[in-house]
Order: sequence, then structure tokens, then C-alpha cells
Amino acid sequence: MTTLSSQAINPAFIRRKKIIGFLAVSITFIAAAAVVSIALLMLGHFLIKGIGGVTWEFLSQAPRNNNTEGGIFPAIYGTTFLVLVMSLLGVPVGTATAIYLSEYAKLNSFFARSVRFGVNTLAGVPSIVFGLFGVGFFVQFIGSGMDSGFGNSTAIWGHPALIWAAATLSVLTLPVVIVSVEEALRTVPRELREASLALGATKWQTIWRIVLPNSMTGILTGSILAVGRGAGEVAPIIFVGAVYSLPELPSKVTDQFMHLGYHLFILATQSPDVEAAMPKQYATTVVLLMLTFVLNFTATFIRSRIRNKR
Amino acid sequence: MASELPSTLTKRTIRWGEWLAETAIKVVAGTSVLLILLIFIFVFREAAGLFSGKTIESENARHTTSATSDNKPEEYNPDAGADSTSTAPSEESTSPDVYNPEIEEIISPSESTTSAPVEIPAEKRTIWENLMSNVWQPVGENPKFGMQSLFIGTAKATFIAVLISAPLGILAAVYSAFFAKKWLREIIKPTVEILAGFPSVVVGFFCLMIVASLMQSLFGTEYRLNALVGGFGLAVAIIPIIFTITDDALTSVPKSYREASLALGASEWETAFKVMLPAALPGVFAAVLLGVGRAFGETMIALMATGNAAIVSASFTEPVRTLAATIGAEMGEVIWGSLHYNILFFLGIVLFIISFCINLVTELYVKKKLTKKFQGG
Repeated sequence: MTTLSSQAINPAFIRRKKIIGFLAVSITFIAAAAVVSIALLMLGHFLIKGIGGVTWEFLSQAPRNNNTEGGIFPAIYGTTFLVLVMSLLGVPVGTATAIYLSEYAKLNSFFARSVRFGVNTLAGVPSIVFGLFGVGFFVQFIGSGMDSGFGNSTAIWGHPALIWAAATLSVLTLPVVIVSVEEALRTVPRELREASLALGATKWQTIWRIVLPNSMTGILTGSILAVGRGAGEVAPIIFVGAVYSLPELPSKVTDQFMHLGYHLFILATQSPDVEAAMPKQYATTVVLLMLTFVLNFTATFIRSRIRNKR
Repeated sequence: MASELPSTLTKRTIRWGEWLAETAIKVVAGTSVLLILLIFIFVFREAAGLFSGKTIESENARHTTSATSDNKPEEYNPDAGADSTSTAPSEESTSPDVYNPEIEEIISPSESTTSAPVEIPAEKRTIWENLMSNVWQPVGENPKFGMQSLFIGTAKATFIAVLISAPLGILAAVYSAFFAKKWLREIIKPTVEILAGFPSVVVGFFCLMIVASLMQSLFGTEYRLNALVGGFGLAVAIIPIIFTITDDALTSVPKSYREASLALGASEWETAFKVMLPAALPGVFAAVLLGVGRAFGETMIALMATGNAAIVSASFTEPVRTLAATIGAEMGEVIWGSLHYNILFFLGIVLFIISFCINLVTELYVKKKLTKKFQGG
């Protein structure tokens, strides 16, 4: 103890400690600054180089002349079509799972824990594995199964198509939907449920008429977040239906489609003339970034309003 | 209402509609568990050809027969057709070749999905010797599927990514949680969210265009795209994960720890580094682990920025080819049902199992340890 107290008043010791402290704080500051600057640099770089290329022609026309002219309308159209079908498939399942987890699951029942574990695991599966799953399950098993079931001589369902890509993405974004809907369901005040139950409503009536309408914004947030995530994912759809060019826009769910992210990938790695396609690449990046960021910000905004309400 | 009330009070009716809805919800809730099982079963099913004793020689025979019988044009390059809007008919089942043209160019015929595997037995040489070798050359007369180089490449890229992102993410989280003023924290956190929102293909594009040139002029590396560039790209993708989970872990340490430390005369930085960070260590561990899981499974960044050359070497400035990038690059043009196809699914199984194990560890070990620590269980 004596050494310690004598150390504590030793000016050299105090100075050294102050220096170490300053260094420690500085290092963490530098790390934080580095993280922030990476994000801002990337964002700034793409905005500065690409925003000029985003014109009405670019947004409304099909690519021409090896993607060095024209626009990316088919890719925007394909991405929108894709995420719409994806939401239709994924949001109901995600919402139902969230209702189960927040309303019915007993805290430590085996089934509830398995469901939670399943959701967490699903969130950690590499996206490319979902792509393989899409090929193995949706295209080969369900698609081909439907073909032989309906007696089609040609493969109508059993080939890579928009519906299978949407299904694959809906599996990938399922955890996103579940987590945000569950959070929204839990913000519905207890008193509201109790009042409903006290008036004689059954549990299901309470959920259907009181809890769900009150957490509509949460479901919306979940869907938006899922769409934002799904719109940016490329790896799972490369071989489940995305193509790099199309003669015409997809009209049925069994058509193949163009995708913004995949289009960017092709532009960046497959262009015969990288320099000539450069402006289009940056403009495509800006469109993709704007799409995902606008969706994410909307979702974050709604979510923060829900949190504040609670 | 009044006439209805007595009957509902006296008679306990089973509401079939509600029963049905509630049962349906429970069944649907099982979907996520079911999906995990289905992913495993179906990815494994497509890889199963590997275990049924296929041989390279039988593959060769099949390869040549299908190559002559198939009439699909070799169409993997956007400039193959004059007008890009008319190159791909919608029935075409293959995606374009997604190799990085800078490093290598492998040409293979794209074929229809319906070609069923033709088994030619009675060849003794098994695929396993081939898989254990170190040359990955899946297309050609005598395909080689040595996975060594892929595993080494994945390990190298992941290692670099974690080496960059773990210190950055953890230290930035410490700064944000303990040292940053409130307004600064309100800048850092949304910016990290922005970083998390970057689609990986955009990060890959950034690395391909900017980071690669920058690193080459800085270090004068021989290859423009290499493990270092790819590792940096992966790091960018996992920094948000590490930051967010570490931040959660740090802020979930009870305030009393901090107050006790400060009351004993420790300074802010001593409290942060000697009390709070050690207390949150299981969470930090989970953060890094989940980062690793994301890094080795990340496809687009690896595909665009690592150079994609399957080389066995210890050098960080040489191109690497990761497992995920291999699947992403070759799946689009592989003959469905072929040995190569089986092997790509096998790689997928490997990725799935590793990510599953990582999740299992964080779920069972780390969370238990954290709750035990703070709730005195």
C-alpha cells in the first residue's frame, strides 16, 4: 500500500499516466474517425462522380451499345418487380412468426427457443448459400416438381425465374421482418390488451383488432427494411433468375429479370470497354445507393417515432 | 348484443375460426426452423453426387458428349452480341460468365438445365484425391478440384478483414460509448448505419476502382487485385457488425461497474479499458465471431476485389480466390447436375456449416456467459 500511495503522488507517475490516457483516448478517436471517414468517403465519391449521370433518360431508357449509352430502366423495373413479389411472399410469414414470438410463445418453451434460434441462424447464413438453396429447392425441387405435376412438356416453372429469386430473397430477409415486427408488437401498451380482454374479447380478437392495427407502422418498417436489404443483395440471385440483358421487360413471374446490383456488377467486371462504361457505372451506383438509403432512412425514421411514442 | 350475451356466457363455444388462425400462426412460426433444415437438406442433396462415386473420367465422357450435342452458343460476354438488348432470350437458363476478366479467363460452354447426369461406373479413381490436391481448375479436359487453394484463400482474406476491422470496430465502439460527446455520438452511429446499408456490390465496386489503385500506388504490389484489397473490402462490410454488437455489449454493462471504478479513483480511460471492456468481453468476442462469419461468406466483394486466382501461397499481396466467390463465379455457367455442380454445392455446405457453428457458439456460449455475469446467475 505504501508503494501505491507514494506512486499516486509521484508527479512523474501521474504525468506518465496522463500521457497513456491521452494516447488511449486518441487511438479510439482515430478508430472512430477512420470508420466515419470510410463511410463518408465512399458516399461522397459515388455521389460526386455519379450524380451527374442520373438523368431522366438514364432512368427511363434501356441500355444500348454495350451499356455505354442509354439507361437502366429495365434494371430498375426488374428490381422493383422483384422486391414487390419478395414482400408479398416474405412479409406475411415474417409477421405471423413475429405474432407467435411476441404473443403466444412461452418464454422458455422448446419450440419458442427453436424458432428464435432458427431466426438468428437464418440471419447469419452467407447470402451465397441462399442462392444455392434457391437453385436446389425452389428451381430444381418446387419448380421442376410443379412442371411434372402439371404435366408441362417444357420447363415453365423449373428454370431460374423472378418468382424463385423473390422467394430466395424473402427467405434471406425473413429475419429482418421478424425482428422489426416483433419489436413493434411489443410496443403496444399492455393496458390496451388488458382493456380488450376485460371487455370479453378473446385473445385472437385482441390481437387481430387491437394489437395488429396498432403495430401497422412496425410491419411497414419491417417491410421497408427488408426491401432495402433485398434490393441490394446480388449474390443470392445471380443464378436464380437475374440476367444481364433482356429483350423485353419481364411481365410474368416466370420471366427472368434485370437487377440494379447485378447490372452494376456486370458493368464493373464484364464491360468490354471499362472506361466508356464508367459514367454509367457510377450513375447506376448512385441509383442503387439512393434506393437503399431512402428505404433505410424511411424505416429508421418511422422506427424512431415508434420508440419515442413508447 | 343483449340477447347474445347470455348464450356466450353460458355456453363455452369453440371458435373454429380462431383456433384455425392461432394454429396457422404457430405452424408458420416454425417456418424459420424448417427453412434451416431445408437449406441443409437441399444444398446437401445437390452435393450428394460427390458421395455416389462419380469419377473424373465419367465426367469427362459426359462433358464431351454434352459439348457436342448441345447447341447453345458460348455467350457469356456482353459484347458477344451486337445489340445488348437482344442477346439473352428469356428462356436461357444460364447467367453470364462472372469471372473477373483481369486475372483469368476460363471459357466453358453454357448448357441447358435439363441435361441429366450420365453415370459411367467402373472407374476406380475417386474424387477425394482430386479434392485434396491444390489445383483448382474446374473446366477443361481434366478438371482439377483441389480445394486447398480455396480454403487458404478464404482464410487469408478473412484474416486480413478481421485484422483491419476488429481493432477499428472495437475501438470506435469504445470511443462512441465512453469518450464521445453526445453530439459526436449522434454523428458516429448513423454514419455506421450508412456504412451497414451499403450494398456489398457497391463496396466491391469501390474496392475494384479506388482501393485497388490506391494500394498499388502505395505498396507497389505486383497484382492490382489481391488479398489485401479484398480483405479491406470485407473489413468495410463487417466493421458495422463489429461496431454495433460491441457497442451493445459495452452499454449493457451495468452502470454500477463504471461508477464503482470512478469512485475508486480510476480515470475515464482506465475505467473504459480495464473495467468496462473486460466486462463486455464475451460480447466483443461474439462481435468478432459474427464478423468472421460474415466475412468468409461475403460473395460480391470477394468476387470483385480479391483477384479470384486460386493460388496456394502465404503472400498477402497475391490474388486469392475464396469459397463464396468460387460459387458465385462458377455457378452461373456450370452444367447443372455435373460433378463441378456437386462440388460447388459441397462448398456451399461447408460455408453453411461454418456459419451455423459460429452462430451456435455465440448463441449458446456467449449469451449464457453474458447473462450469468450481469444477473448473478
